[in-house]
Amino acid sequence: MAQPRLDPIAQPTAGRVWRYGDGVNTDAIFPGKYTYTLREPGEIAAHALEDLDPAFAEQAQPGDIVVAGRNWGHGSSREQAVTCLKYKGVAAIVARSFARIYFRNGINQGLLLLTSPEAVEVARSGDRMAIDLARCLIHLEGREIRFPPLSPSIHSILQAGGLAPHLRERLRLSGAAPTGLDT
Amino acid sequence: MGFTFAEKALARAAGLPQAVAGQIVDARPDLVLSHDNTAAIAGIFRSLGLARVAIPDRLAITLDHAAPAPSARHAENHAEVRAFVQEQGIGHFFDVGRGICHQVISEEALVLPGQLILGADSHTTHFGWLGAFGAGIGRTEAAALWATGELWLRVPESLHVVVTGELGRGVTAKDLCLHLIGQLGQDGGLYLSVEFSGPAIERMPLASRMVIPNMMAELGAKNAYLRPDEPVFAWLALQRARRAAGASIPNDKAVRAQRDVIAASALYPDPDARYTAVHTLDAAAIELTVACPHSVDRAQPLSALRGTRIQQAFLGTCTNGRLEDLAAAAEVVRGRKVAPGTRLLVIPASSQVLADGLRLGYLQTLLEAGAVIGVPGCGPCMGNHLGVLAPGEVCLSTANRNFRGRMGQPDAEIFLASPAVVAASAVTGVITDPRELA
Repeated sequence: MAQPRLDPIAQPTAGRVWRYGDGVNTDAIFPGKYTYTLREPGEIAAHALEDLDPAFAEQAQPGDIVVAGRNWGHGSSREQAVTCLKYKGVAAIVARSFARIYFRNGINQGLLLLTSPEAVEVARSGDRMAIDLARCLIHLEGREIRFPPLSPSIHSILQAGGLAPHLRERLRLSGAAPTGLDT
Repeated sequence: MGFTFAEKALARAAGLPQAVAGQIVDARPDLVLSHDNTAAIAGIFRSLGLARVAIPDRLAITLDHAAPAPSARHAENHAEVRAFVQEQGIGHFFDVGRGICHQVISEEALVLPGQLILGADSHTTHFGWLGAFGAGIGRTEAAALWATGELWLRVPESLHVVVTGELGRGVTAKDLCLHLIGQLGQDGGLYLSVEFSGPAIERMPLASRMVIPNMMAELGAKNAYLRPDEPVFAWLALQRARRAAGASIPNDKAVRAQRDVIAASALYPDPDARYTAVHTLDAAAIELTVACPHSVDRAQPLSALRGTRIQQAFLGTCTNGRLEDLAAAAEVVRGRKVAPGTRLLVIPASSQVLADGLRLGYLQTLLEAGAVIGVPGCGPCMGNHLGVLAPGEVCLSTANRNFRGRMGQPDAEIFLASPAVVAASAVTGVITDPRELA
């Protein structure tokens, strides 16, 4: 699990845009046939977007940003549809809208998900995009695009790096879990 | 101002006097569902540093998604699940062969009207058929629930779908769903609670009602809801009394006592509840409908697709693998044979469906027609095993999802339809209206 943890809260993220369309479903993001056998982050990342864009798993770099249309991630509740991108190093997903389970899974994995129809309208594959969470701004090809601030609960889960670390912290504070456990 | 079903159900689950759409509540589900993904959830759970599940009595676990194990790796996964079930003393565990989680938990009557079930499975919307609030969650959320018994949920806004009139001859709940999803789109119900009402739904047999909330996952819904009525109470009461009685036959008094508890648990929206939209569907105008690859909202009248060549016909899944589905298919294929070059795969949704299907002769009829009968479970629905497709093949399926690559092969095509349409098409080898079979 030696993945570099990208902290979307602490520093502005910047990377190359991978632009996709409307209605990309979880089977296109991570095929169902792998869901009960692959567990290693590297293995999971290797199949990211396999049936949608084979170039992605080969060429995506840590820090890159996925930009998509409506209803990104509809379909299955499989969390690998989020973790395959996270393990690949994707820093954020910006979409016109997200499917509801996908949105929860993303936040719970500590992956920044933003809804910005304006950024989606403008972004093209290969563009450089930077996201400044502190100022709620997306920088894209010379433009500044504003997005609404995150809700406090989502902010605190993202800050912890996801729901599991967030919960570990809560359990530690309440004395429910043994302390000193490595996260 | 009245409350919707979703507002009432989530207020109850959160122990609040009331809740309104948009509010975030800490809800305590009555049941938490997981399946073959239980081992992965257990891994996340252990990483929290906890030894014991906080709510072992509220877990329900089935092995159904790749069951029996198609490979040594899948078998290892199942073995981990069984060890976890043993270690944690999970009572509601259903091993390989019992059937698909949504069907089995319905048959076991583990969820009552008005209750909250959260499942690490996107089709947990299913439990709306009995008037419960069912919603899908991710693996990490399931682990968090095992740890604390609660999870934050946003109370959804609600869409009211009013179904007027009567469905035409041979037109089913599946056609209604595909038609509705075609009209509103794959995100037409995004984040919404979808409440149904109307006489056509009230008159449906329970097995048909189950199709509707199950399919609403494909509309993007958080949950869906049908008004629980006397047939629902009676059915659940009988299932619970049977379970309590074990091998003996439950007496009427026991069933009546169960019925009263179940009915008392039901929740109904207020007449003046606030909806974001009301959508009216004229049941009589719905035709036999087929969803085209690779999206459920690419729905078309069957008449436009008549004659499309298929290689595989698949009857099964949590959407349409019940006894009435086997009956509908058996009636179509009786005295006929599956067309050369076509396979008909039949996978009952549960061992109870399998046993009843045998007893009533439906499986015999299907076998005589040349069908292949599989083990109760999800089968090839998400491409694990038991009938995955080759490149270029076309499958007509009774499942709820037809995404590209879903059945294991990105260069195959999946069409979705009702059981009778799937059976008729297996006999002719092309997409066929069962009412037109000579």
